[in-house]
Amino acid sequence: MSLIDFAPPPPEAPYAALRAEVRAFLAETLGPDFGAPARARSWSGFDAAFSRRLGRRGWLGMTLPSRYGGHERSALEHYVVVEELLAAGAPVAAHWIADRQSAPLLLLHGTEAQRQEILPRIAAGTCFFCIGMSEPNSGSDLAAVQSRAEKVDGGWRLSGTKLWTTYAHEAHYMIALCRTGKSDDRHGGVSQLLVDMKAPGVEVLPIIDMAGAHHFNEVRLADVMLPDSALIGQEGDGWKQVMGELAFERSGPDRFLSAFALVTELLRVLAGAPDAGAQRAVGRLVAHLMVLRHMSRSIAGMLARGENPALQATIVKDLGTALEQEIPEIARALVPVEPSQESPDPFVLTFAHTLLAAPGFSLRGGTREILRGIIARGLGLR
Amino acid sequence: MTDLIAEMADRLFAAHSGNTGLWAAVEEAGLPFALLAEEAGGFGFAPAEALGIIRIAAGHAAAAPVAETVLANHVLGAAGLDPAEGAAVVATEVLPAEDGRLCGTLRRLPWARDAGTVVALTAEGRMLRLTAGWSIRSGSNLAGEPRDDLTFDLPLDGLTTAESPFAADTLLAMSAALRAIAIAGAAEAALALTVGYVNDRVQFGRPIGKQQAIQQNLAVMAGQTAAARAAADMVSEAFPLALSAPELFRLKAGAAKLRAGEAAGVCAAIAHQAHGAIGITREYRLHPLTRRLWSWRDEFGSEAFWAERIGAAVFARGDGGLWPWLTRTGEAA
Ligand SMILES: Cc1cc2nc3c(=O)[nH]c(=O)nc-3n(C[C@H](O)[C@H](O)[C@H](O)COP(=O)(O)OP(=O)(O)OC[C@H]3O[C@@H](n4cnc5c(N)ncnc54)[C@H](O)[C@@H]3O)c2cc1C
Repeated sequence: MSLIDFAPPPPEAPYAALRAEVRAFLAETLGPDFGAPARARSWSGFDAAFSRRLGRRGWLGMTLPSRYGGHERSALEHYVVVEELLAAGAPVAAHWIADRQSAPLLLLHGTEAQRQEILPRIAAGTCFFCIGMSEPNSGSDLAAVQSRAEKVDGGWRLSGTKLWTTYAHEAHYMIALCRTGKSDDRHGGVSQLLVDMKAPGVEVLPIIDMAGAHHFNEVRLADVMLPDSALIGQEGDGWKQVMGELAFERSGPDRFLSAFALVTELLRVLAGAPDAGAQRAVGRLVAHLMVLRHMSRSIAGMLARGENPALQATIVKDLGTALEQEIPEIARALVPVEPSQESPDPFVLTFAHTLLAAPGFSLRGGTREILRGIIARGLGLR
Repeated sequence: MTDLIAEMADRLFAAHSGNTGLWAAVEEAGLPFALLAEEAGGFGFAPAEALGIIRIAAGHAAAAPVAETVLANHVLGAAGLDPAEGAAVVATEVLPAEDGRLCGTLRRLPWARDAGTVVALTAEGRMLRLTAGWSIRSGSNLAGEPRDDLTFDLPLDGLTTAESPFAADTLLAMSAALRAIAIAGAAEAALALTVGYVNDRVQFGRPIGKQQAIQQNLAVMAGQTAAARAAADMVSEAFPLALSAPELFRLKAGAAKLRAGEAAGVCAAIAHQAHGAIGITREYRLHPLTRRLWSWRDEFGSEAFWAERIGAAVFARGDGGLWPWLTRTGEAA
């Protein structure tokens, strides 16, 4: 059964030097005051200056061709950098989406002008993207998007509402999935448009999450005028393209490292005198992480060889998010504290942050049920 | 190369699904020497290829000491001793000696009644290649596989021994690794059987596999099976570390056994649930797989056993942190 077959991961030794280099850079750049609560925010930690610094080191747009400002490094080198950033809890939110999925999408489907204009800025860490997929009536059922772009003289007029749009309030561009065709073919009539977030008619309204944090937004698009050159790929190819974009989104090591800051904190707190129960819980966690990393590196290897590990990536995301969500439960079983966002104690804070962030792990990028539906299709059940 | 070995093994075990004539066929195909180094007269298969045979055997619920003999010949070869004639088994306990006599009991040795050779360690770390001198008390595991107690009382003089390149702990870890690999094979076979069943079985006018509840459960089973398989692959690649970096090998083997063991329980439960009553009958061929899964996860260290060992190693890792340690465990393979 091919979906449970994970090719042997590439060897680690050739990347040890790069790993050490990234690690040293992070230790120096983040400094000793970058504590566990900050690390726990990693994925939602926005720091444009940090992203620029990464860009200067050549660690953004790593796999892009040099004519687009990229560094022509291998997908595996990119994997190593991303893994180190996440393990250190570095504030990656500013460039995260652009580097992970927008740049590869534009490289594959963008016009030459789009590539020349945007890719070098992504690689420099100065151009940030947001994902315009979800809408009020289109969550898991992405093909139900209602935002619509009308063809008008010299361009497109886009109207609709995008929802849960992560860092729309800081992004320079959104890649919006919208209806362009007249056809009522659910998959056929959609396209992807490049939306300049400064264009008149784009309004970003914050949505505050239950932790009190502002990362996602509602984005209202009211008769936004876009030039012809805003179309990405072919009109009507939006569905195919967005599926490819989701594959980029689902195949990185963020599938199992979102709660890593809490793991590190837990080890610190228990280090003094771990009893057998603590050793067991930690040993089990580490065994799971070892196997997940093996799977994740295997996927990186398949991607680097140009294979399509979409099903394997779906399986790892499902397994990884389940483990991430278990981590706060393991922590509280071993260290009896009440989670609090007011505590001066870094463990308590990290615990609270991870607990409040955890429900989102199995929602963003496709819910658990949707992922399992994809796996079931891979098994031939649907 | 890999595919050829796997196809050959798959054909062999499929052809002997009733287990009659199985061991003779295994021997004739040379499978007992799959993991023997070329210098020691083996075929020079990569460990991952050789160990794939054990996964395939498990997928067919083959009732024969394939894993046991493959491991025995591997460790005998590594110690410079002759490979076994016929079936063999490695003991993971030390066999005590007193006043020049080996005397003690090795408990629950897999397939010992069929083994002509028993490999055991002395307290001094000598490897013994024993071919006689024990009495047997038969027993079996939940799956009906022989697990026999062997009691020894014989003079040390004249026994075939060599300096053992493996500590008892490493032999335990290697045995655990083989069980992790076998679990992956049995889970994969149980998944295939279950997918086939839910596509065939009709209730409410359509195959039960069209029901979303069934689909979601089978997706969970597929995820756990994939994890078991990845654990098996991880430890297969790491097999040479048993000699070169035994401490790291023991951790990887333990992690693989733990992860596969956890998957075993989930997979067995989902497979039975999806099968309904037919699945728990003697006649239907699910239980040869699930009873093995339930037995194997507790052999050579349960999840709790290995979790405690890995946890202790993590806490003892000194400074540097968990992440550098984790990335180092991936490095040497
Ligand atoms: C932290 C976070 C950040 C996000 N960032 C972005 C972003 O930047 N851009 C963007 O476009 N989106 C973003 N999202 C949105 C995310 O993609 C959606 O939340 C997700 O696709 C689910 O949609 P929904 O929330 O509308 O839930 P719904 O689709 O309404 O689902 C609700 C529940 O019903 C279940 N369900 C739905 N359909 C089925 C079915 N067919 N079978 C079984 N169960 C089903 C779901 O699994 C879920 O449990 C973000 C979400 C989160 C949590």
